[in-house]
Amino acid sequence: MNIRKNIIAVCIAAAFCSGISSCRKGDPVLPSEPVVVNPWDKISGDICGFYLLNEGNMGSNKASLDHYDYSTGVYTRNIYGERNPFEVKDLGDVGNDLKIYGNKLWAVINCSNYVEVMDVSTAKHIAKIAVPNCRYLAFKDGYAYVSAYAGPVQIDPDARIGMVVKIDTADFKIVDSCIVGYQPEEIAIVDDKMYVANSGGYRVPNYDRTVSVIDIPSFEETHKIDVDINLHRIVPDRHGKLYVSSRGDYYGQHSKTYVIDVETEEVHETMDNLPNSNMTLCGDSLYVYSNEFSYITKEWTVSYAILDTRTGRVVTRNFITDGTDKKIKVPYAIAVHPVTRDFFVSDAKDYVSPGVLHCFSKDGKRKWSVTTGDIPSNIAFTDKKLE
Amino acid sequence: MAFLFPAGGASASFRFTYPDSLGVYGNIDDTLNQVVITARNTHEIAPVQSLSGEKLQKLSTFSVSDALRYFSGVQIKDYGGIGGLKTINVRSMGSQHVGVFYDGVQITNAQNGTVDLGRFSMDNMEVLSVYNGQKSAVFQSAKDFSSASALYMVSRRPVFEDAKNNNWVFRGKTGSFDLGNVSALWEHRYNEHVSSSVNAEFLSTSGKYKFRYSKDGGYDTTEVRRNGDVTSFRGEAAVFGKHEKFDWFGKVYFYESERGYPGAAVKKDYGISLLNEDRQHDRNFFAQSSFTYSGNDFYSLKFQAKYSKDYMNYIMPPHSTVQPANNKYWQDEIYFSAAGLLNLTDFWSVNISGDYQWNRLDAKGSDMFDANFSFPRRHTVLAAAATSARLPFGLSAQASLLYTFVHDESAKDMEVAPDKSIFTPSLILSYRPWKKLGLEFRAFYKNIFRMPTFNDLYYVQIGNRLLRPEYAVQYDVGAVYRKSFQKGVLESLDLSVDGYFNQVKDKIIATPTSNQLVWTMLNLGYVEILGTDVTASIGLRFGEFLLSGRLSYTYQNAVDLTENKKDEDLGEGVVNVYGDQIPYIPWHSGSVTMNCVFRNWDLNYSFIYTGERYMLGGNIPVNYILPWYTSDIAVSRKFTFSKFGMKASLEVNNLFNQQYEVVKWYPMPGTNFKIVLIFEI
Repeated sequence: MNIRKNIIAVCIAAAFCSGISSCRKGDPVLPSEPVVVNPWDKISGDICGFYLLNEGNMGSNKASLDHYDYSTGVYTRNIYGERNPFEVKDLGDVGNDLKIYGNKLWAVINCSNYVEVMDVSTAKHIAKIAVPNCRYLAFKDGYAYVSAYAGPVQIDPDARIGMVVKIDTADFKIVDSCIVGYQPEEIAIVDDKMYVANSGGYRVPNYDRTVSVIDIPSFEETHKIDVDINLHRIVPDRHGKLYVSSRGDYYGQHSKTYVIDVETEEVHETMDNLPNSNMTLCGDSLYVYSNEFSYITKEWTVSYAILDTRTGRVVTRNFITDGTDKKIKVPYAIAVHPVTRDFFVSDAKDYVSPGVLHCFSKDGKRKWSVTTGDIPSNIAFTDKKLE
Repeated sequence: MAFLFPAGGASASFRFTYPDSLGVYGNIDDTLNQVVITARNTHEIAPVQSLSGEKLQKLSTFSVSDALRYFSGVQIKDYGGIGGLKTINVRSMGSQHVGVFYDGVQITNAQNGTVDLGRFSMDNMEVLSVYNGQKSAVFQSAKDFSSASALYMVSRRPVFEDAKNNNWVFRGKTGSFDLGNVSALWEHRYNEHVSSSVNAEFLSTSGKYKFRYSKDGGYDTTEVRRNGDVTSFRGEAAVFGKHEKFDWFGKVYFYESERGYPGAAVKKDYGISLLNEDRQHDRNFFAQSSFTYSGNDFYSLKFQAKYSKDYMNYIMPPHSTVQPANNKYWQDEIYFSAAGLLNLTDFWSVNISGDYQWNRLDAKGSDMFDANFSFPRRHTVLAAAATSARLPFGLSAQASLLYTFVHDESAKDMEVAPDKSIFTPSLILSYRPWKKLGLEFRAFYKNIFRMPTFNDLYYVQIGNRLLRPEYAVQYDVGAVYRKSFQKGVLESLDLSVDGYFNQVKDKIIATPTSNQLVWTMLNLGYVEILGTDVTASIGLRFGEFLLSGRLSYTYQNAVDLTENKKDEDLGEGVVNVYGDQIPYIPWHSGSVTMNCVFRNWDLNYSFIYTGERYMLGGNIPVNYILPWYTSDIAVSRKFTFSKFGMKASLEVNNLFNQQYEVVKWYPMPGTNFKIVLIFEI
């Protein structure tokens, strides 16, 4: 019977297709990727290595953690998944800040709305703390402070006010929160006071332009210091000054650096010529880079400078001396090795390709470069060896 | 679909939404008029694939996008669920290079250039055709020449049996995702020249489905897709006139929908998280008519006119997000087209066509948005000259030249993009060496561009009015074999193979600027695509038992050769992503469909395969996406009574419950089913 034969043939074909369908290979936990970048490096002082947090593109669960080991010169990409295979969707969406406090490594995962706490010597998960739209970290006396865009809804129905939450580092519980300005960013702590840079980026063109001052013992905002629009970074030096960056508005108002006198709590100096996307302090040297985009010209202006905090003057207008700066498309993270003064600048490139981390000797010559995850944003040096 | 431009501290963050416009309805295209397979239309010399009539209805597809997965060279980007955005990408040039035509006239969306195919119901669809290059009918509007490839959707037009003057069709569907879908069609014949058609459809779904992410030796999580509900209504009414020397057509269309957007399935703590509760409301209306005169052998004329009005509202409610938004967009379009065909000799014809289109986009959002929005208007003039020759020794050739002029204005006198004035050519050749053998060789070259959309140019902050058009250049060589047999087991055999090389130049890319919060649009990309499309279909007959099969296969090597992706002299630690396969384009993809008909029974099995591919950021392990393949099966039975007919079918999709994603972190549904009942009077 021809018909029967053909029906059988169809059944076999269908069975074959279903056979393929049912045995798709599994989805493995992503392995880490070690790369030897500088076998001649060695441990200086007590710095054993550093962690690097990659933001990852929004909506893609691609926040990732990399590690560099000075004893071997090996850079390892993507260590979190392998060490924490049971953490659902790895680190999550958009890694915004990374800091070490005691023997814990803290990471702020912005769009997954939580703070991840890991063991600094194993990178293994310890705790998760839910904080809506969390941004940056600071620590003081056994407490972690996290700035967050999403404060209570009821205060301003048109734009949610921001807050800082206080987390007990012993049990990882939120113990208190304090309302600050709109869309708060970085936090600086000087003695018993906390300074929070408010951006107000969701309220364009009515940016926030203040630094909130919080009294730490009572955990209440005492007042605000008027600075400039769209504040972002805030770094204290060793001489009673706070350096604050304004992003500008990407049109006529440029990015600038402001100096606040902690004593008077007033703006002490406006540095028009020091555009500032990010900065880091090492001793009395403030490393500043800027990558400023203008909607008017549709162009980027990149600059690198070091400011001497003792004199308040810029000592160099380009700390990369070997021309590597021309190969960096979008500088995104900056860090200085506290002992050797080797410094690091990451390149986020087009934001959708993996980034690159460049290591420079203290005289600004490139030593090595390595591919990171997507959008390398934060570096934290550690004195513990990764087990 | 809301393509979310990240909101953030640094910018006037405003969600960049991709509304879709159901814009335009057109007159029935002459060459696609027939219900039978149109790929065999002898006038077509450009590569075309079609599914039509019964074949189309038998695929257990819900929307047009599902059916298009069976075409070779076509990638459907699907954000999952009934309400998720579904766009078509032909030969990897990008969805904005595909002209989508509904009943002969292009559906445009001046705001974002993309059309959500998930909204086109298969309910009333008669023919789907995808053309590479352009439709080679010559006698067509200038718009038909104006995209790199084109999808033509043709809806059902009234056909009456014998003395019948009324046709009624009622459909009801239900199944997974709490689906409820009903429609009614009434066709009426007034006299031998004039008939009409009225069609209405209502759809409701919760859009809920479970999805699972599990890693070998790692986490295993099952979640429910939420906020994916859709409620929509569609209504159409058309009048058709057919006379000895001319025919005419008029239509009104209305569509309204309300839906949620579930967003990416990112890691979240559901205790406190800001849940994605974005809502979108759409309303689309258009009226359209056409007139075709073909009264003598020497010339034919065709006129078309259309007006469309679209409204879209995108809401991010304050309780669910840190940055509430309530954006409204209004689009208007006026379109005229005139085409004239001159048959100079019996083998040589010339077509001249001229189109004019006017678009307007108004919007309302935050104060800052309103203050900086330019309220763009656009005048587009298209003129095309085409000639077609069919030489006696089997060679056919078609050459066309398209002229495009674009002038933008701002209702607020803000600066706009400079005028564009561009000529683009195309050439199509076909050679059939042996008259009796159904073997044909073909080749085409086409150079075309897409205009930057209103969003590309004028979206507040993000837009860049100095963008240049994005060009697509295509070269194609192929062969087709078609044969029908009157006797024996083998009824028909179709084979086609095409090889192609495409270049996409000055690709328009959205890129963050100083940080992830501040974006802009740039002409940055350069992509080269080398590919092969293969299709084969066979029809067999064993007495009352009919068996047919269709196979499609696509190979594409689509590489990103954008200059700034080069990383030089940085040592071995740096991975090079220059020249990597572009995101979401698999190297291998294909489909198999098999259909058996026995008396009143019908069994359809289809299998789709999409091979390994990478998400954004280069071909490295973290970006790897597993292949996926699904099997769908449908069984139906027809019942015939004296006055009416009935058909009942059961469809089971994703039979083996594969958990997969087309777009990373937008999970697709597992096994789901649907019951369909159709009554015809």
